[in-house]
Amino acid sequence: MSQAPIYDLGVIGGGVVGSTLALLAQRGGLSTAILDRGPLCREASGVNAGTLTLQMTRVALIPHAMRAHAMWASARDWLGHDVGVVVCDGLSLAFTEREAALLEERAGKRRAAGAPITIISRDEALRVEPGISDKILMAGHCVVDGYANAYLTGQAFRAALVDAGVAVMENRGVSGLDRTDKGFVAQTAQGPVSFRRVVLAGGVWIEPMMAWLGVHLPIKVLVNQLSVTERIRPVMRTVVGIASGLLSLKQYPHGTVVIGGGWQGIGDRERGGVELVPERLVGNIRLACHAIPELAGARLARAWAGLEAETADALPAAGPIPGIPDAYVCGSIHSGYTSGPSIARSLADVILGREPDLPLFPIDRLMKAAPP
Amino acid sequence: MIRRADCLVLGAGPAGTEAALAAAEAGLDVVLIDEQADAGGQGWRAPLGSLTLPRKGADAEAGDRLRSRLAASGVDRRLGRRVWSVGGAFRLDAVGPDGAEAYEAPRLIAATGAHERVVPFPGWTLPGVIGLAGATVLLKAQAVLPGRRVVVAGAGPLLFAVAAGIVAKGGTVAAIVDMDGRLAWARRLPGLARRLDLLKEGLGWTWSILGARVPFLAGHGVRCATGRSEVEAVIVGPVDADGAPIAGPERRFACDALAVGHGLVPGGEVPKILRAAHLYDRLRGGFIPELDPYGRTTIENLYACGDGTGIRGARPSAAAGRLAGLAAAHDAGRLDAAAFTALAEPTLQVLSEYRPFADTVAGAMALRPAQVAAIDPATVVCRCEDVSRAEIDAAVDAGASDINQMKHFTRCGMGPCQGRMCGDVAAELVAQRRGVTRETVGYWTQRVPLRPVPFDTMIGSFDYADIPIPPPAPL
Repeated sequence: MSQAPIYDLGVIGGGVVGSTLALLAQRGGLSTAILDRGPLCREASGVNAGTLTLQMTRVALIPHAMRAHAMWASARDWLGHDVGVVVCDGLSLAFTEREAALLEERAGKRRAAGAPITIISRDEALRVEPGISDKILMAGHCVVDGYANAYLTGQAFRAALVDAGVAVMENRGVSGLDRTDKGFVAQTAQGPVSFRRVVLAGGVWIEPMMAWLGVHLPIKVLVNQLSVTERIRPVMRTVVGIASGLLSLKQYPHGTVVIGGGWQGIGDRERGGVELVPERLVGNIRLACHAIPELAGARLARAWAGLEAETADALPAAGPIPGIPDAYVCGSIHSGYTSGPSIARSLADVILGREPDLPLFPIDRLMKAAPP
Repeated sequence: MIRRADCLVLGAGPAGTEAALAAAEAGLDVVLIDEQADAGGQGWRAPLGSLTLPRKGADAEAGDRLRSRLAASGVDRRLGRRVWSVGGAFRLDAVGPDGAEAYEAPRLIAATGAHERVVPFPGWTLPGVIGLAGATVLLKAQAVLPGRRVVVAGAGPLLFAVAAGIVAKGGTVAAIVDMDGRLAWARRLPGLARRLDLLKEGLGWTWSILGARVPFLAGHGVRCATGRSEVEAVIVGPVDADGAPIAGPERRFACDALAVGHGLVPGGEVPKILRAAHLYDRLRGGFIPELDPYGRTTIENLYACGDGTGIRGARPSAAAGRLAGLAAAHDAGRLDAAAFTALAEPTLQVLSEYRPFADTVAGAMALRPAQVAAIDPATVVCRCEDVSRAEIDAAVDAGASDINQMKHFTRCGMGPCQGRMCGDVAAELVAQRRGVTRETVGYWTQRVPLRPVPFDTMIGSFDYADIPIPPPAPL
């Protein structure tokens, strides 16, 4: 019997972040295995609204979001597969004076961080997007916007990872992670998997993953509600949000309109997105129909809830795990779709011994003593 | 305003209505909700509005009896409501004639019925091709013929019910094309003879069909439906006992409609959304909730009954509904153990008497794997999203290992029918391509809404200022 291989790198968690990392590490010369308890990109990465907007991105992440936007837009080149990315203009609407003030403040800070956001008048906004309500006062306008098609990411990353030679281990849940003199051994029902270095990229499950290594990193779980219409005639051509950020709205080329924005449903890390709160679904849809009046003629086809991870300061957990050589964490990015591939790229650079162009977000700031 | 009750019953077919009646008779405040304007479900459907039909069949009479008992009961009937959300323990959100409505109760009985299975063949999406169950709706509720000259094809007793209904309303049945051979029906006779009343109904259909001298092709299946912009002809050919096409003479029937169906698939949307345990039962039509003999699911205070829990037919469903209603009343403390047993025992007995008949009929309506295996690669399986068998096979070859991953790869099942039409066949295709069980492939993750629901009725009129927009995320 041949000896089980020891991979140079093991990535636990096969979402967009873990998959990007595994792909770049393998291409950089590290033999890499990626493990997920389910199929790739089927949790947050597969049920995401897929918005690639800077107008909902935290200021500290703007450089990453801009680089990730370019990565998504060129997915065919570096990933080799289509993920349905559409690059288009984005608008963030203000309907009230309070929202207008919020918009100007937020757009200004994001602009200072490099996002090409300008404030435009109602009439200018209506020219950019004839579908929006004429009740708006003003809008934030950004030419770097767009969206990916979340349900295509699993197929695209899987093919890219297999093509690159990554050991793709789907439906392989990890129950524990042991440190050895040679690195790490992940315990799974189908047998152990060994690697010299490890990246924990499990989204909301980073907290229990870190516990395998005796490290306590609190991760909050957000339960984001999303809904999608049936295919309808074109009613909009841009990505539309509102100043407070509680709306993301776009129409896919095949005609469905996806409505998100982070309205909270019911669920947790153990059970996933269990249930939608009807009043909040209605609130989210009212907001969407207020922004794009023609949408009121559509029918709701599906609604669901996906989990999003958030650290104590709502900035990413991305960097080495303190006190554990060769172990890294990457996730809880807060705009995981928008910024995720870029942050994964920076961590891949570090693991490959290169200086990253954009900074990581080391977790020392978030660490607490393990609970007794 | 939320209407609070002791027990909510979703679905006013034979199962749900009997459940509501039994629970209400035991003293529970029961709300019965259905999207149709009247109770009766698909099988015992009421004619639309003021339509009166000259001659009533056994189903219509059974439906009338059920509706009059319901009218005389204390059940709060909320018909013409489209329920879109199910959650909590338990809450239903609906849109009705006056807009949005919500209902809450500590107990929920799901009786949402079944939908039909059409195993795809070339031309099945042509206008003029209609499901057998769809054809019964036209005939029963609207007294409308599916066409002037109709080919009736597929499997199971609906074939004869539809053919007889067309004949009775003056239409022409071009041919009855039954996948089962004569031998299969001969083998079923002992099971069917266990319910002479129902067998008589079947023989009545047969008699009227014989009288109309309709060509009857046993052991045949549809090869394809053809026509330019609508169905103009159906080509049929012999199939083996497993439903696979075999060599032999093919025949062409000119027609302007094809009513075709290959059995029914349990809906089971509510227990799936609420994450009750399910199991796969090919005889019963697919994935069904795990139930105790009274209809209790694995979720506390959630009950399920009727064809949504496995295909049995209207009368056994009514008995199962009564049991679920009694169980809900017992669990709510309104029936003590002795009273519950005394009321439930006879109904359990009725249900077990129906079993050989129901199993026999379900056997004729169950999925035939060899028929699915024979689907041509170019044939569309998901008609909403235009996904062919070849695309499903390609998704499996690209690594889609379960039905939901296949959905992500292809959009199969993402359309307005919410995967009802294609789900059973698509899952069978994935299982066959992978060489694994249906349990391994699983079922669609059930989502709300239960049916597509128009935004304008969902959201009603509102002021922007009243939308409870949560506080913004940190900058």
